[in-house]
Amino acid sequence: MTVAETANAQDRNASEDDLAQRHLRVFRFKRGDDAARYDSFDVPAGEPETVLEALRWIQLHRDPSLALRHSCLHASCGTCGLRVNGRETLACVTRLDDLFGTITVEPLANLPVVNDLVVDMQPFVERFPSTHPIVRDSEFLPQANPPDGVDAYERFEDCIECGICLSACPVAATDDTYVGPAALAYAQRLLEEPRGVDREAILAWADGDNAAWRCHAAFECTEACPSNVRPAQRIMALRRELRAR
Amino acid sequence: MSDRVDDHPGSGGPSSDHDLEAIRAARGVAGPVQRKGIGPVAWFDVRRRGAGHLAFSLNRITGLGLVFYLYLHLAVLSMLLGGASSWSSFLRVATLPAFLGLDVLLIFGLLVHGLNGLRVALVGSGYAPDRQKALYWSLMVFGGILLLGAAIHIVGSA
Repeated sequence: MTVAETANAQDRNASEDDLAQRHLRVFRFKRGDDAARYDSFDVPAGEPETVLEALRWIQLHRDPSLALRHSCLHASCGTCGLRVNGRETLACVTRLDDLFGTITVEPLANLPVVNDLVVDMQPFVERFPSTHPIVRDSEFLPQANPPDGVDAYERFEDCIECGICLSACPVAATDDTYVGPAALAYAQRLLEEPRGVDREAILAWADGDNAAWRCHAAFECTEACPSNVRPAQRIMALRRELRAR
Repeated sequence: MSDRVDDHPGSGGPSSDHDLEAIRAARGVAGPVQRKGIGPVAWFDVRRRGAGHLAFSLNRITGLGLVFYLYLHLAVLSMLLGGASSWSSFLRVATLPAFLGLDVLLIFGLLVHGLNGLRVALVGSGYAPDRQKALYWSLMVFGGILLLGAAIHIVGSA
């Protein structure tokens, strides 16, 4: 019997108050494991309010080896992106009350799993145009006097680089060479507000075999995006730019 | 009593469950990539997905079906090389009600694929990318009306 099963069995023998529970099936994989598996956990209903809180509760009370990533707790950082009942979401803002029955929690699809619910974001970041990386020279006003180091970089507006769009994309499900929605949306954003970037280089990158024309307009990226980037609409806008070249 | 896992027997943490040497050996090796299905199966899982994904799935299915039909059509036409008798015997089969049902299925595939292609072309050209769902369902309703008319015509002419 695993640690989780032992703890859950003890819970079942506890007070009647514990009968009101939510049941979670959580994806598990550790480096060195032969195969992934799902562990079942019962968490008290009403105490954790979100999926992230439920996972943290499991870490604290049932299995400290459960690995997950999180940071801001308010959908700003994009760190806790995963799949809940098959849908990509940010765990920190996904309420348990909005889910019915057993809740299945899995890591994002189309990215390598590092540890349980943690995926390797390197292949996601590598998809962005190499000539215009995801961070670029900032244009802070000289008089703004930002803290040391901060003025060197600026992130792509709106996109929180959570990887949810890549997980939701049906094209990326069978093609790891497709650059994916986030990178294409980023490229379109660069064209929208170039600030000195080489437009032609961006368009040439977007016109590649694995870029804008590989999208099949399923719009799942836009459906799933927690930050309202609307990647699919941006890809369509990118296509318009490509046609107008 | 606290119900922290530390208080339960046998909760030795991750190091007791895993061979650290194996973990070190595996370090640097990419983990498994989770997919929503095995290969192209992922295209067709429309559970909890939007209209766009349904359109994508149907486009793939009908696309494959139409490619299959193209080769079937060429094979059927090659029967003409066998003379009038072989073609006449094929026509007797082709006018059976079950075969006419396949004609309706073919028109279904053509309409779904063609009209969704129109949606993709329109949103890709900047027409109503924010209304793509409404556009899709409108085209599908239009296609349904056309399919109904075609089915009535085919069955009526049988």
